[in-house]
Amino acid sequence: MNINFTLIAQAIAFAVLIWFTVKFVWPPLLTAIETRQKEIADGLAAAQEGKSALEVAAKKSEATLNEAKQKATEIIGQAEKRAAQIIDEAKGNAKAEGDRIIAGAKAEIDQEVNRAKEGLRAQVSTLAVAGAEKILRKEIDAKAHSEMLAKLAAEL
Amino acid sequence: MTTEHAQNVELTPSEYIAHHLSFNAQGVNGNTASEGFWVLHYDTLLTSVVLGLLVMGLIWWVARGATAGVPTKRQAFVELVFGFVDDQVKNIFHGDRHSFIAPTALTVFIWVLAMNSMDFLPVDWVAAIVSFFGGEHAKWRIVPTSDINTTFALALAVWFLMIFFSIKAKGLGGWIHELFCAPFGSNPLVWPANFLFNLIEYVSKPLSHSLRLFGNMYAGEIIFLLLGMWAATGLSGTVFGAILGAGWSIFHILIVALQAFIFMMLTVVYLAMAHESH
Repeated sequence: MNINFTLIAQAIAFAVLIWFTVKFVWPPLLTAIETRQKEIADGLAAAQEGKSALEVAAKKSEATLNEAKQKATEIIGQAEKRAAQIIDEAKGNAKAEGDRIIAGAKAEIDQEVNRAKEGLRAQVSTLAVAGAEKILRKEIDAKAHSEMLAKLAAEL
Repeated sequence: MTTEHAQNVELTPSEYIAHHLSFNAQGVNGNTASEGFWVLHYDTLLTSVVLGLLVMGLIWWVARGATAGVPTKRQAFVELVFGFVDDQVKNIFHGDRHSFIAPTALTVFIWVLAMNSMDFLPVDWVAAIVSFFGGEHAKWRIVPTSDINTTFALALAVWFLMIFFSIKAKGLGGWIHELFCAPFGSNPLVWPANFLFNLIEYVSKPLSHSLRLFGNMYAGEIIFLLLGMWAATGLSGTVFGAILGAGWSIFHILIVALQAFIFMMLTVVYLAMAHESH
């Protein structure tokens, strides 16, 4: 055990080594490790964020799909209703048109019947007068009996 | 197992041990004597400085190219050591450790571990290499931490740092106040007792700090030397010396690492305590 100048030399060497480590060894290692730690933490946070965003998107897409389905059902219902309406309308129209045509035909038939009756009436009176003229000839005054004949014709 | 010159000259056991435990001491400052204060242990100094430059240089080389991306295996190993030291410091010291205390702890741990590891080199191989290059009487103690000068240098440096941080944290007045008013209180009657306590504490800290490391490494070296001596006594001595030497080497791995760790922990604890006020 002999303490000598080696002690001071070793202390100086120690001081230089500490200075070297403080200045050149520790900081780059610390920076590298801390930067990596931060990067990993950021990456994990981003992954978590992505996961939750995916969940939200899935929920949203499901909601949209449901809405679209509902709308489609609604539209189909409306279309069916409208189709029924159109068919009903067409039916009504056709019926009205048919009625109108039938009524027109009936009126025409009545007209024709009346005209035929008129014609017959006129001819009957003429025929009756001619017949009576042939039977009676002289006794009968055409002018005196025409009134009676007209009355007869009207009764027909 | 003994060195060449031992076989030639037939050293006695005490001469063998004395030879292995002698420093390569030379005077400095014009002093030619190998005793007294102005003497330098060139073996201790050169071995420790070369080891310090080697290990810290290796770490610096890796740290210089350190990337925040995927680390190489080399960088991962250095980061492992870094993280180990940083965790220990974090648990003990709660201030800004990155500016000084943690790098100091890393330096102490790595350097002391490297110096302790020199104990694994077979003592007689070292002696053989030294006598091959430096002649028969060349001496070279290869384990710097089994030189009391090294451990005292480290412990005293830590001791001065401790006082420096104590004054820096509490102010000169605060530090002197603590010398007289802790641990028993600020009553003037207990000032002498307080001061005596603090004095003992300030003396015992560097002593226990340095002597623990020195004692362990010195004892380890002595046991290697004794086993080496036994191995020179004959066939059974060689066999048992080799077996026990292997066993002691394996056990010594634990001691080398443990003492480096303890030295680092005490350094951190002392420096952390300096920041706390009572």
